[in-house]
Amino acid sequence: MRYMLMMNAPRGTGEWQPASWSPEDFTAHMEYMHALNRELIASGERVIAEGLASPGQAKLVRAGKNGGPPVTDGVFPESKEFLAGFWIVDVESAERAYEIAAKASAAPGPGGKPLIIPIEVRQVLNAPAPADV
Amino acid sequence: MTLESPSDVTSGDATMDIGHLLRDLAPQVLGAVARRHGDFADAEDAVQEALMSAAQQWPADGIPGNPRGWLYHVAMRRLTDQLRSEMARRRREDAVAVERFAEQALSAPTDPSGGDIDVEQDDTLALLFMCCHPALTPPSAITLTLRAVGGLTTAEIANAFLVPEATMAQRISRAKQSIKVSKIPFSLPTDAERAERMSAVLHVLYLIFNEGYTSSIGAELHRTDLSNEAIRLTRLLHALLPNDGEVVGLLALMLLTDARRAARTGANGELIPLDEQDRALWDRQLIDEGIALVEAALSKGSVGAYQLQAAIAAVHDEAAHVEDTDWPQILALYGLLERMTDNPMVTLNRAIAAAMVYGPDAGLEMLKPLDDDARLRGHYRLDAVRAHLLERAGEHERAIARYRAAAERTTSIPERDYLIAKAARLVHREPR
Repeated sequence: MRYMLMMNAPRGTGEWQPASWSPEDFTAHMEYMHALNRELIASGERVIAEGLASPGQAKLVRAGKNGGPPVTDGVFPESKEFLAGFWIVDVESAERAYEIAAKASAAPGPGGKPLIIPIEVRQVLNAPAPADV
Repeated sequence: MTLESPSDVTSGDATMDIGHLLRDLAPQVLGAVARRHGDFADAEDAVQEALMSAAQQWPADGIPGNPRGWLYHVAMRRLTDQLRSEMARRRREDAVAVERFAEQALSAPTDPSGGDIDVEQDDTLALLFMCCHPALTPPSAITLTLRAVGGLTTAEIANAFLVPEATMAQRISRAKQSIKVSKIPFSLPTDAERAERMSAVLHVLYLIFNEGYTSSIGAELHRTDLSNEAIRLTRLLHALLPNDGEVVGLLALMLLTDARRAARTGANGELIPLDEQDRALWDRQLIDEGIALVEAALSKGSVGAYQLQAAIAAVHDEAAHVEDTDWPQILALYGLLERMTDNPMVTLNRAIAAAMVYGPDAGLEMLKPLDDDARLRGHYRLDAVRAHLLERAGEHERAIARYRAAAERTTSIPERDYLIAKAARLVHREPR
C-alpha cells in the first residue's frame, strides 16, 4: 500500500524559519530527517522523498476560459500553510504509514524541542499500469 | 585504422568484468553496425538487444572468443530478421526498397562464430558528434551519448536521473526520432563546422560530469555514477584525439574536481565548501594525473576555457592548506577566462579571488555591474557570493539577508541547507 505523506509548514512564524535557528539546532534537525530517510531506504519503504522550493517562488496556474491563455498567480498570501515536502512510502499497513508520519512530525526544532509538524497522510490509489509506449 | 581493444587480450577470462567489457565494446559495435546498416535508430536498438543478450548469456556460458564479433553478428542478425519481415510487408508497396533491403540483408554475415569485424576508430568519434549534435536538446544529447557511446542500459540511465525506466525509454526514442527528423548524419563533421561541433561534444560531457558531481549526496549514493561515466567517455575521447588541448583540459578539470569528492560532502550529504574541506581526503593520484595533463596542455601554447578552468582547479588542489592557496594566480587565470568566455559566472568567481587578494570591498565592487546582468537575474549564486563577501567585510546584517535570499532561490537541497546554516551562524554569533 502506498501512502503520500505531506509535510505542511505554517507560514511565516519564527519557529518555522530554520534560518533563524541556531546552527546546532538546524544541524540536529537535518540529521534527524536524513536518518529517517536512510531508515526508509533501508527498509525498502521509500518510493520517493522530495523537498519543495520556498513558497515565494510558487505560481498558481489555471487555464483561461475557452482555451484562452493560462492565468497565473502567486500562492495566496492568506494561506496559512504551505507544502514544504513530501514522501511516498510503500508500506504493509496504514498504521505503519502513520508511524512514519509521526516520526517525521517529531523532528527537532529550536532547543531540540519536537516541532510537531502537521503531516497529512493520504493513500495513493492504484491505477492500471499505463500501456507500454 | 584498427583500434586495439582490451577484449583482444582477455578473451575467456572468467574474472573479467563483463559489464565494463560490454560498455567498452558498445560504441565500436554500434559504429560498425550503423555504418553497414545506415539507419542509426534501428542499429542502436539492435546493438542494445545484443548487449542485453550478452549480459544474460556470458556470465553463464563464458565470454566468447571474439566478443566484439559476437555482438556485431547478433545485432546484424536482429536487423536481418527485422528486414525480412519488413520486406514481406513491403513486397507490393515498394519494389525498389525491397531490392535495397534484400541487398543489405543478404550481404550481412550472420555467423556469430565468424571472424572479427572492421573497427573504425572514427566510428566512435562520429557517434559522439552525432549524439552531441547542436540540433538536439542537452537532455536528449546526454541520454543518447550515455546509451550509444557509453553503452549504458535504459535502466541504468533512468537510475542516474531518478526517473522511471519507461519515461527514460520514451526520452531515448524521442531523441533518436529527432536525429532522424533533423537528418543528422552518422559521419565526422566537416572542417568548417568542426570547432563548433567539438565544443558541443565537450559541453555534453561536461554536463554529464556535473550532473553526477552535484548529485553525489548521501541518500542517493546508489545512483548510476555519472561522474565516473563522464570521465571514462572523456578519456576515450582523449585517446582518440590526443592532441586536442581542450579535450585534455576537460579531462584534467574533471579529474581535479573529482579528486575532492570524498571531502566535499559530510555524513548527511551536507555541502562542505572548498575552504573547509579536509584536504587529507583529496585523491592524490587524481590530482597528480590532472596536474600533469594540464601542464602538458598549457606547455603546448594552446589555451582554451577548459584548460584555464583546469589550471584554476590545479592551483586549488596544489595547496596543502587553504592558507597556502595562490590567490593572485587564481585571480589572473579568472581574468583570462573572463576575457575568453564573457560568462557572468566567471566574473562571480573572479570577484571571490579579488576579495582574497585585495580584500572584500574589491570583490563587492566587482559584483556591482552584475546586478544589471539579465543572465544572473534571480540566480542564487550572486546573492550567495555577495553574502560571503559582506560577511568577510563584517557587515553581518546585510550578509544574513543575502544568505537567506540565496537559500530561497537555490534549487539544490544541500546548497540551501548550507546557506541557511551560514545565516544561522551569523544570527547566533557570539557576542551578539
